[in-house]
Amino acid sequence: METRINADLILDQQGLLCPMPIINAENAISGLNAGQIMEVLCTDPGSKSDFNAWSRRRGHTILSRSEEGSPTVYKFYIEKGG
Amino acid sequence: MVIAATKIKQKGKTAPLQNQKNRLAIVVSKGTIDMLYPAFVLATTAPTMGMEVDLYFTFWGLRILTKKGVKSAKIGSVGNPGLPMPNILGMLPGMTALASGMMKKKIEKYWPTIPEMIKMIKKSGGRIHACSPTMGFMGVKEEDLIPEVDDIVGASTFLEWASDPETVTLFI
Repeated sequence: METRINADLILDQQGLLCPMPIINAENAISGLNAGQIMEVLCTDPGSKSDFNAWSRRRGHTILSRSEEGSPTVYKFYIEKGG
Repeated sequence: MVIAATKIKQKGKTAPLQNQKNRLAIVVSKGTIDMLYPAFVLATTAPTMGMEVDLYFTFWGLRILTKKGVKSAKIGSVGNPGLPMPNILGMLPGMTALASGMMKKKIEKYWPTIPEMIKMIKKSGGRIHACSPTMGFMGVKEEDLIPEVDDIVGASTFLEWASDPETVTLFI
């Protein structure tokens, strides 16, 4: 079932490789307040594991993750931690 | 396919956040881009993981901290089994430059250049250290160093960082 989440910020990182999506996500999320949501689009297959690790370390919550298309696009909804 | 947060599980074990290490210290001992990038990728990512960064540049790594050397990083072709060419060819003159040119172009499509990464590390609060004995025997003077260098230190300083249980220590 499709989860509907409204993002406060969309960060398109398609075509970029580790570590750039995470570095750009770190910069982007710093402009949000706790509880706001960032949507990230990635094609780097490592991002699946890396966004988990980054969110855990930084106290953010991954509300949902989806994989679609070919080549696969990974879509994350990440809630900024407090 | 949408995966709910509760179902996202991670492979392997991770210590509770309060027991995790918060500082990354790397000895950067090589000056070729195949050895510099792994160190620089970790060093630019560490601040996003809430980690402080100290880089200790020694031997060929130190060259990258000189005004002349910072733009000249090349991929090593001798003794590098990862390059797509017979290894014996790597000993021919010009091969390092040729292999570097090909790979560097590909790498720089995805990653910042080494000088840009040095600036990123500094901007995020990382510290860049030059190895004093290497400067001595390579004839590198303080005024030859790029302005991003924080200080000139020796083995005891690195070992003091490394002995801190909160520090991850790597040698690249």
